[in-house]
Amino acid sequence: MHKLAILHGARLRAMTLPVLAAAVLAGDVSAMGSHQPAAVARVGRALQIPEAMLVQALMDIRDNRLSAALERVNALLALKPDFRLAQLIRGDLLLARARPLSRMGAADAPAERINDLREEARARLTRYELQPPLDRVPKYLLQMRAEQRYAIVVDTTKSTLYVFENRANGPHYVTDYYVTVGKNGTNKLREGDKKTPLGVYHVQSQLPRDRLGDFYGAGAFPLNYPNEWDAREGRNGHGIWLHGTPRDTYSRPPRASDGCVVLTNEDLDDLTRRLQIGLTPVIIAEGIDWVPAQATRDTQKGLADGLEGWRHDWESRDTDRYLTHYARNFSADGMALSDWSAQKRRVNAAKEWIKISLSDVSMFLYPGRDDLAVIDFAQDYSSSNLSNKMKKRQYWIRDGAQWKILYEGAA
Amino acid sequence: MTRHRRETAAVFLLIALGGAVCGSTFAADDYQEGSRLYKDGKRPEALERVNAYLTQHPKDARARFLKGVILAEQNRNPEAITVFTDLTEDYPELPEPYNNLAVLYANQGDYEKARKALEMAIRTHPSYAVAHENLGDIYATLASQAYDKALQLDSNNATARKKLALIKELVPAKPATTLAKAEPDKAAPAKPAAEATPATPIVAATPPKAAPEAGKPPSPKTPASDKPASASDPTAAVLKMLEAWTHAWSSNDAEGYLSFYAPDFETPNHEPRSAWEESRRERLAKPKKIHVTASSPHVKFTDNNHATVTFRQSYSSDNLKASGKKTLHLVRHAERWLIQRESIDK
Repeated sequence: MHKLAILHGARLRAMTLPVLAAAVLAGDVSAMGSHQPAAVARVGRALQIPEAMLVQALMDIRDNRLSAALERVNALLALKPDFRLAQLIRGDLLLARARPLSRMGAADAPAERINDLREEARARLTRYELQPPLDRVPKYLLQMRAEQRYAIVVDTTKSTLYVFENRANGPHYVTDYYVTVGKNGTNKLREGDKKTPLGVYHVQSQLPRDRLGDFYGAGAFPLNYPNEWDAREGRNGHGIWLHGTPRDTYSRPPRASDGCVVLTNEDLDDLTRRLQIGLTPVIIAEGIDWVPAQATRDTQKGLADGLEGWRHDWESRDTDRYLTHYARNFSADGMALSDWSAQKRRVNAAKEWIKISLSDVSMFLYPGRDDLAVIDFAQDYSSSNLSNKMKKRQYWIRDGAQWKILYEGAA
Repeated sequence: MTRHRRETAAVFLLIALGGAVCGSTFAADDYQEGSRLYKDGKRPEALERVNAYLTQHPKDARARFLKGVILAEQNRNPEAITVFTDLTEDYPELPEPYNNLAVLYANQGDYEKARKALEMAIRTHPSYAVAHENLGDIYATLASQAYDKALQLDSNNATARKKLALIKELVPAKPATTLAKAEPDKAAPAKPAAEATPATPIVAATPPKAAPEAGKPPSPKTPASDKPASASDPTAAVLKMLEAWTHAWSSNDAEGYLSFYAPDFETPNHEPRSAWEESRRERLAKPKKIHVTASSPHVKFTDNNHATVTFRQSYSSDNLKASGKKTLHLVRHAERWLIQRESIDK
């Protein structure tokens, strides 16, 4: 209301216009985030350069430095002419010199398209402000196996994909990228619902650029949605990928995909060199829970104890004890706990000895569920009448103080 | 009162052109004939006369300007652009050639060049209404192009083809006639830019608490009270200017500070103007706090349009404190006193 009064009340002259426009745009930009002074000091964060330039231009607008903002946007567009949000801002900054603006995105265009870009501005500003807490880690990263060099954690509420490096003393934040997620948000349930799934996935394969349509940009990495837990929960759909952006646009609005996680092409290229097919975990969360590293070590310890107890009891052929590690509602390959138990009793009874060693263990806590974890490992099984080596995946659920196995299968 | 009456842009132009026209004004038969023929719509004949005149007076700004206008109206864009470009080089303080260059660039669809030319016109002459209006149209066109790219629209060129106003004559017949009114085929409907009375510097309308850069495109940032003061009491006007200059400097307002320098300012080491401006911008940007005061100023007038002001300048910043006696050599451009030369008195 206040803004309108200014606009209608004044006899405008050329030189006053940018001032008013600045006030309106600045208000609009300010309304997109809190912009604590502390955040302004963080210019040096590893935002990809075009994004840093864009955010600086928005900061300039907020602080009424419209000429500086225009210069910056022009420089940005010289670099990335297809950055649509930057074009929108450039349009506003130019038009502000000719007539008063009422809001960001003064173009005469379908409201939906303008809103998409406004949302992107909001997301980019939010990203600028978020400081990955370096003394904390996402609580999902409990344990990575040595060959997993990186883990990916997506925060859909922040339009951000984080990369963590697997170091000896735990995961370390490396970088982050702006991402687009599903048009209709998250928590994918059904085929075609245009939502991004939440859960623990991994990169399954790589579809190179030349085998894809332009729509997927620099490349695509299918994820293993629906995973075993999704299937159990009755979720369906397919084709959830990490992928790039079509040639005619630098980036896409924060919510625009059919459920995929979409990066700019330069970010995807950057990410590609860190992705290991079949290895790199991709955890998609609606808001990341950052905890002190010690907290993840505590959770990891509980699970590791559970896993070791299971291995030990299996090896000792004490089938009753071995079966106490399985949850009442366990199921695997359509087999309920009763069938599973019967089969294990039969098999174990025929053994004179069993030796099991586990290696390459990774553990991830499921986003949104403190009582669910995914454990992958290599299992080396030998016995009096049979030996085999396999990669196994188990879902563990916490039952009171005890972790129990909810699902078990080959990975 | 009459001596210091408010000067219009037109009077300023007459003064600025004095040097060029001097000595030829009274023998300007070919020019006047050319001008008459042009007004009668006889462009080829007019051009012939003007060309004849220019062989004798190759530097004459009015004749060159008229030639440019005729060429432009004959759609001989490259030739017209050459004429106006040369004029901007020889007379960088004149806004009209910039304006017409902008019109020609815009006709070619080169809106960025048009924008730059118009911003130059306004930099040399902040109250220049036609340039403001044209610039408003250019901004709107550029904005619409950017929106098209942002939103994948195809609305283009409805606005882009808007005709901008060409200035037809360098010196209006009567000083009081505003340039905007002298322009018959104004293309755009009245918009905010056009509401400014051309004779009044538009800076006067800038709210005093405008953010440092809000007054851009580059424009002088004299306080609102500057104009009445200069109208009545030239000494007060010079002192006001001095105060505003130190204020801009102290506020790290580089653009405001630079706007106090005349187009023909003699740079201290005879470096190019752009290099000097760059170094000043850098200097003003570097220290967090600058405090500049000018004490015991003494103003002397050489004539109506030239003055010097001598004062003790104290400069202090985060890392430097200095003071000394300084003299600013000022020239009056339209409503404003601008610095032509600075000297430090030993």
